[in-house]
Order: sequence, then structure tokens, then C-alpha cells
Amino acid sequence: MQIIERLRAAFQSGVTAPLQFRLTQLKSLLSLLEDNEPQILEALQKDLAKPKFEAVLSEIDMVVNDLCYTINSLPTWIQPSYVGKNLATKLDDCFVRREPLGVVLIIGAWNYPLQLILAPLIGAIAAGNCAILKPSEISRATERLLAQLIPKYLSQECFAVICGGAEETKSLLENRFDHIFYTGSQAVARSILQAAAVHLTPVTLELGGKCPCLIYGRLDMLAAAKRLVWSKFFNAGQSCVAPDYVLCTPEMREELLPAIAKALSIFYGSQPKQSEDFSRIVTDRHWDRLMALLGKTQGRVVMGGEGSKEDKYFAPTVVVDLDGSDALMQEEIFGPIMPILTIESLEQGITFINQREKPLALYVFSDESQVVNMVLERTSSGGFCSNDGIVHMTLPGLPFGGVGASGMGSYHGRWTFETFSHRRGCMLRGWGLERISMLRYPPYTESNLSWLRWATSAKKKSWGVCSVIELLHFFFAVIYLYTYTEYISI
Amino acid sequence: EEMEKQAVDGARRAFNSGRSRPLQYRKQQLSALLRLIRERQAEIVSALKRDISRSEFDTPIFELIGIENDIKLAERNLADWMAPQPVKKTLLTITDDVYIKAEPLGVVLIIGAWNYPWSLTLRPLVGAIAAGNAAVVKPSEVSKSSASLLKELLPQYLDTEMYPVVTGGVPETQELLKQRFDHIFYTGNSTVGKLVMEAAARHLAPVTLELGGKSPCYIDKDCDIAVACRRITWGKFANCGQTCIAPDYILCHPNIQHRVIEEIRQTLLEFYGEDPKTSPDYGRIINQHHFDRLLALIEGCTVAVGGESDKSQCYITPTILKDVLPHARIMQEEIFGPVLPIVTAGDVNEVIRFINERPKPLALYVFSSNKKVVRRMLNETTSGGVLVNDVMVHYTINALPFGGVGNSGVGRYHGKHTFDQLSHHRACLIKSLAMERLNMARYPPMTPSRLRTSMFFLRSRSGSCDQALRAWAVVSSLLALALLISLLVVLLRVSAHAGLGSVLL
Repeated sequence: MQIIERLRAAFQSGVTAPLQFRLTQLKSLLSLLEDNEPQILEALQKDLAKPKFEAVLSEIDMVVNDLCYTINSLPTWIQPSYVGKNLATKLDDCFVRREPLGVVLIIGAWNYPLQLILAPLIGAIAAGNCAILKPSEISRATERLLAQLIPKYLSQECFAVICGGAEETKSLLENRFDHIFYTGSQAVARSILQAAAVHLTPVTLELGGKCPCLIYGRLDMLAAAKRLVWSKFFNAGQSCVAPDYVLCTPEMREELLPAIAKALSIFYGSQPKQSEDFSRIVTDRHWDRLMALLGKTQGRVVMGGEGSKEDKYFAPTVVVDLDGSDALMQEEIFGPIMPILTIESLEQGITFINQREKPLALYVFSDESQVVNMVLERTSSGGFCSNDGIVHMTLPGLPFGGVGASGMGSYHGRWTFETFSHRRGCMLRGWGLERISMLRYPPYTESNLSWLRWATSAKKKSWGVCSVIELLHFFFAVIYLYTYTEYISI
Repeated sequence: EEMEKQAVDGARRAFNSGRSRPLQYRKQQLSALLRLIRERQAEIVSALKRDISRSEFDTPIFELIGIENDIKLAERNLADWMAPQPVKKTLLTITDDVYIKAEPLGVVLIIGAWNYPWSLTLRPLVGAIAAGNAAVVKPSEVSKSSASLLKELLPQYLDTEMYPVVTGGVPETQELLKQRFDHIFYTGNSTVGKLVMEAAARHLAPVTLELGGKSPCYIDKDCDIAVACRRITWGKFANCGQTCIAPDYILCHPNIQHRVIEEIRQTLLEFYGEDPKTSPDYGRIINQHHFDRLLALIEGCTVAVGGESDKSQCYITPTILKDVLPHARIMQEEIFGPVLPIVTAGDVNEVIRFINERPKPLALYVFSSNKKVVRRMLNETTSGGVLVNDVMVHYTINALPFGGVGNSGVGRYHGKHTFDQLSHHRACLIKSLAMERLNMARYPPMTPSRLRTSMFFLRSRSGSCDQALRAWAVVSSLLALALLISLLVVLLRVSAHAGLGSVLL
């Protein structure tokens, strides 16, 4: 494919390697966001009816934060990191270099169309790569805006945007990339991995799954309900880390339902359809899917349940009296429907969670730390957050990614830089002390072997005095070998 | 098919029981593995002699010490590795616990290779145990004696259900690959590597692929050629060239080619004597198939040294080929044998171009005393690892990540890197339900002032590019300094005035 060839030639010319180039591109990207905020908000409004607040916080600001953090830290990150050595290699330079991979492919998703494609791009640029962006065709307005803005701000030689649907993506994947970064669904992820296998391309997969939310023990129900409702209905439930379903005891459910109702009315008023702060479903097709799920459920709808297809509004909905075999529990909901399942004990809740695929995020609401710890110890998930939802992914120090069916690899902050870098182990030796090297050459002897084993085996941790002793050993060994081996015929 | 499924199901049952997670259990299994290597060294050495005619001196250095070092490192540091690693917070999470916790993945599949059957199977196992996983170990069937010895010994030392050994050839491996694993660790060649990755794709399993390729070895005009050739000879012909990081071919200026050949020839005499066939330190090719493959590669090239072979012993004498052309057959695949082609190149530019035109190698070797040349080679090429002025020994530093890039592999290991590779690093945020006031700013209904408050808290402090903030930081520091100086001046004046100047001074 021509674009890829062009990018590869640019990469091989070495233009993306210097720190200056990477910083300039990153600062340009920052300008892109600062200069075009109104257009971005408009595009997000068109695609998802995204309220300004959500768009600024979860799309623009997240990327700006990551950009600033990366720009400030990059000079440190690209420095080689020196490592410890054994006795035989004490005089050598051993370090790890971070090197660019080449031409990488970043495939975005439609639910946070800006963040999910620009956040990986930050790391790709920071690591010195060229990149092809393939935004989701479902969030059409953002796709078009990116296709228009990226060539204006970033080097056209090194970065390109390719638009298109499933067919275009498929033919794109036939080409060779040095890393593929995909955010989306498990089904598509499998075919991406298979396409990557042909070229032995490493991949990062940010997938989803059903993120459980366990509510147990002593807690402030209204505070918990507010945070739960905020994380669940943010972006109308279309977040990969939204709490998918709730597990709690029947008694707690009695307290929880009115608390949820109260939180909903505080946030969106009595008519969420009129609220400016509530999003819409992305397309008709997704709206139909959600309605069909509600139709198939064996549970009872206690809140919401209505919607209007014309503006893709789907009311915040709560469903109860269902079990694990229900239609709502077979796939990731990805919408404003909250099923609440009841459990008899914490043990039962943990077992329920562990019978299912590892989720991208796991939430526990409880004031009792032993409850939180027990769930943390006995389950696995991409990320974990107690007494809140979603916000763990806003912290630049935490790696954001899945495990098992929810994905592989991670990013955000420094982790994105590492994802798009190759960690090359380097060792620089000198010509001297060949006498020590000679220990390893044939013809082999027992005594040479003992020396070598001693010299290359791991020693106790060096603490001040011990390292002095180690160095003394080293020098005595050198002197001994030089004098002793003088007498051995070589 | 039953045997493979049973082994995997048993390992999963064992993992689900939770007994591989506690620190005690992991340490106990690791020290048992250490005992296995130490107590049964003699048997391991004989198995390797039968498999690949490996000298009894090569085995400890090339295989066993690496495993021992990894085990000792893990035993010493495992408590630290398992502890939560705190990370930086934002203003809004200042009272919360924010950390990364390493967790086991589940059941790991380890597929070993035949050239270093113990190291390449057991070092990943050390990491799998340290990370708290169960592991299915599949040693290579090509190194038959080692595979059957491993199958006999491992259950005697380790938890059999948690770490089953599955032996067999291609059909058994294919059957294993149909099962679901939480990570697949494969060492071998790229062709099978692609199949492994494809099989892993079905279950969305992450992989580590330690593959190979042609590791170039560049000898600059400006270097100690005698020492360089001696080191290269050692690395190339150890294990009869059957090492993934052996220097595959030499690149040098045509003017020094003759000198290089002579030095290597001389070194070969020192190492293996007149007739390497009789030297106990020189190995054999693993089997007929590879023996035939290597002879076919030599065909059509100019032999400078060696070239003789003995089919009955799978013996190929150390061979150097000169003036090899870039498109020769021997330059199209990884040699993996005691045949060293020399390709001539005019200058460093040509060398760099040559290397970059080819798939990224597992190792790159540069022999040069010229710092500029070394820097250019480091900056303008890429490879799994790079070693200047020696070959292979970077493998012995377990603090260095060992792995390939591009065609030479995916992922890295050795030392703590294995532990990291076979763990899930789970991001954890532990909050309390208190301080709800702080959270109010993010809830709807939205107002511009709420938005401003939220942004103030969520913005990562040190990441702020705010020029004004920076300027204020500088100005306030200067003001503080100015205040301090004026305070000192005032103090001195006062004391001088009060006649205490001499006391102060």
C-alpha cells in the first residue's frame, strides 16, 4: 500500500528519531486540540450527543494531560537505563535503550473517538515511530475532523489518517506493521491477532467485557449510588470500563434502588431526555440492539425502559430479578441498562465473577477494607477500583489495559511510550582483560570452569562494604590470573 | 489427545485451587528446582552429550548457571516483586491508595527448543513459578534424551499437577495448542512461531516468541582483530554453531578479510587442535536433517577453511566461507551450524544499509575501537540486543531484557523480566466513600464553574504546561531567595550595630 511505503521510507530516513522532532510533533498535537476545541465538541455532539462536560473531561482534557506529561517527561524516558552486572562483566557498560519500532497502526473506537485514537498516538510519536491512524467509521463526524486536522498539524510524511469500514481495515491489515494497537471488540480482535501472526507483529488489544460491580457490607449508600450512577450512565453507558452489572444482597438492593433513583433525579432531573447532560446512543443499529436486549430479558424493569429511536435516546434503565443465564448477562451491555443481580454472600459474588471471563475493570463498593481486600485477592481484572468507577483510568501513573479476554498490553502515560518502543539490551566491552575472557575458551579445563562459574554467578546484594569486598575479589582475581596464566602455555 | 487435555485441565484445577499464589509455595518450588539442577547435574550433562555431543564444560556455563542465577534472583527478590508498586497521583486522589499489583495469569504453556533444552525450558519456568502461575512444560522432542530426562526428573522435585511435562512431537504440540492458555512462551524458529501466534489468537492469549534470524557480526578496520577473531570463534563454534545468538555471518572490509580468516584459523587450532573431530570440546550437529541442510548451504560457496564432514557422526568441521555474495543461499536463512560466511562491505554506510535491508536480527555484534562507528551502529540499526567487542555474553546479564524485535521475536525475559512477562500488572485504585464534597464537581447538572473546578483537580500537576504556573514558580523562588538574603543582611547590620559583629564573624 502506497501510504505505508511512504511512511516506511520516512521512518528509515531517520527523521522521527531525534528528540526535537518528537517534541515538535507532540506540541503540534497539543495545538491541534487547543485551536480546535469548538469543532471537536461539535463533532462529538453530532456523533454521540456528547455533553460538553463529558467531552471536555473525558476526551480533550485526558489527551491534553497525557500530552503535557509526555512532553515534560520524554527527555528522561529516552535516556538509556543502566543495569547491574556480574563479576566477569564489571568493567563493561550494560544498558537498555528504548528504540522505535517503525510504522505502527492505531485503530480507534467510536465511544471515545478522540481519546482512544490520540492517546496511543502520543506514545507512538514519543517513541519515535511513524503511525497510521484508522479512526472508527461509526463516529463519522470525528473521523472526518481527524482526517482534516491531522495532516494540517502533524508531518504528512510520517503520520497519515486512513478512513473506511471493515473492508478497508481488512486490506490494511494485510500489510506489515511493526505494532498494531486496537481498541474494540473481542470478535474483531481475534481476526486482528491472526492477521498480525502472519508478520509476527506485536499487538496491544484494548477490549471490553462485563465489568462487575460488587456492593457489600457497611457503606454510605447514597454516596455509593451517586458514584455508581455517574460511572454507569456517563456517555450513556457506552464506556468499556462502565460498571456493566451490579451484585448485592437482597437487603442492600432495597436500599440501593431508591438511592439510584435519587441520584438519577439529581443528575438528569425527572426527564433525562430533556437533560443536556445525558448522551445518546451512537447509531440506530446499537439502539436496536439495546432495545432487543430489554425485550429478551427475564428480569423486571424498575426504572426507565423507554426510548425514542429518532434521536437515539435510551432512558437510564434498571432491571432486577434476573440471573446469570439472562440475555442481559450474555454480552457486554454497552448502554444505559443496569442489571442488579442478588447474591447471598460475598463468597457467592466472588465465585460468580470468577466463573466469567476476566473483565477490563472490577468495582467494589464497601467501607469495610476486608471486603475490598478479599475481592482484590480472589479475582483478576485489567484494573480495579474501590468505591468509585472509571476514574482509575484517568491516573497517568497507572497502566490501563485488560487481561485474558479483556485484552493484552497496556497504555497511558509512560506505558504508551513503552508499548511503542523496543527495549534493546546493549553491552559495550573493551579489549582489555582478555586473560579473563580466556577462561572461557577451549581446550576446557575444570579449573577454568570453576573460575568462570564463580565469576558469573549471582552474588549477594551489594551493600557498601560488600561491594568493596566484591571489587577486591575482582582485583585479586585479575592479578592472580595475569600472573598465573603467564605460566600456562597458550 | 487425551493426555494433553488432561495435563492442561489438571494444571488449571491446580491453579484454581489457589495454592500457587502464596510466597512460601513459590519459593519452595523454586528451591526444589535449584536442587534438581545441582543434584542431577551429572545426568543432565550425559543427556546433553547424547543429544548434541555437548562438552561437559559447556553445559554448566551455557545452560545451568543461567537457570541458577534466575532462581537465586527470584528467591531473593520475590517478596519485593509481589508487593504493590505505588504510582504518582493527581490532586483528587491524594488521599487514595494508587498502585500496581503483579498477579498470576493462570496456566502458561512453555515450549522449549533443542539447542539448549534445559535453559530454554527451565528459565521461562522459573518466571512462571515466581509469578504464581501453573505451567505446562513441553520440551523439544528433537533433543530426545533431555526431554525424557526432564519428564522423569521434574515430577520428582516439583508439584506434578501444577507443572506437568508433556512430551511428544508435532501432533502432540498441535493438540496442546488447541487448549486454552493464559500465555504461551515459545522458543524456536519463525515459521512455527507464526503458527503458535495464530493458535494463541483463537483464545486471545498473549505470547512470548523467542525466535532467531541471522545475527550480523561487523568487524571494523579499526579494532584489535586478533582478540575480535578469537571471541568470534568462541561464540560461533560453541555448541557447534547451534545457538540463536551465535554470530551468523561476518561483515568486513575486503582488505582485512584475509587477516580475519587467518586469525580465526589460528584460533581454531588453539581451541580444537589439528583435528576438531577428536577434540572433546567440539560438538556435533543435532540430526541428519540439519546436517544435510548445512551441507546444502555450503554448496556453491568458496571454502577458505574446513568444509569436510562425516555423515556417520553428523560432524562438520569448522568452516569459513569467503567472498560470499549477498544473494547466496546461505545468506537467506539462519545458518545454525559451524559455517561462517564472510561478506565484504566497503564502509560503515554500506554495512548499516546491508543490515537494515534485512529482517531485524536477534543479536547484533560490532567490533570496533572507534566510538563514532559504535555510536552510528547503535543509533542507525535495531536488533533484539547488541554487543560491542564480544559475542553472546550479554546473555549472561539477567538484568538485561533478552528478546527479539520484528522477525526475531515478541516479548523479552531473563531475571525479573520473566516475572513481569508472565504476570498481569493490575492497576488498583482504593478509594473511600468519604470526601464526597470533592466529587460533587464532576456530577451533572453541569455548570461552567463546576467544569472549572473539576479540571483544576483532575489536571496532573507536574504535567501542567501552564506557562503562567511555571513563571510564578520561578518568580516566587526568586522572591523567597531575595527575602532570605535581605534577612541575613538585616541580621548582620543589626548585630554589627549592636557590637556583636565580631561574635557573628
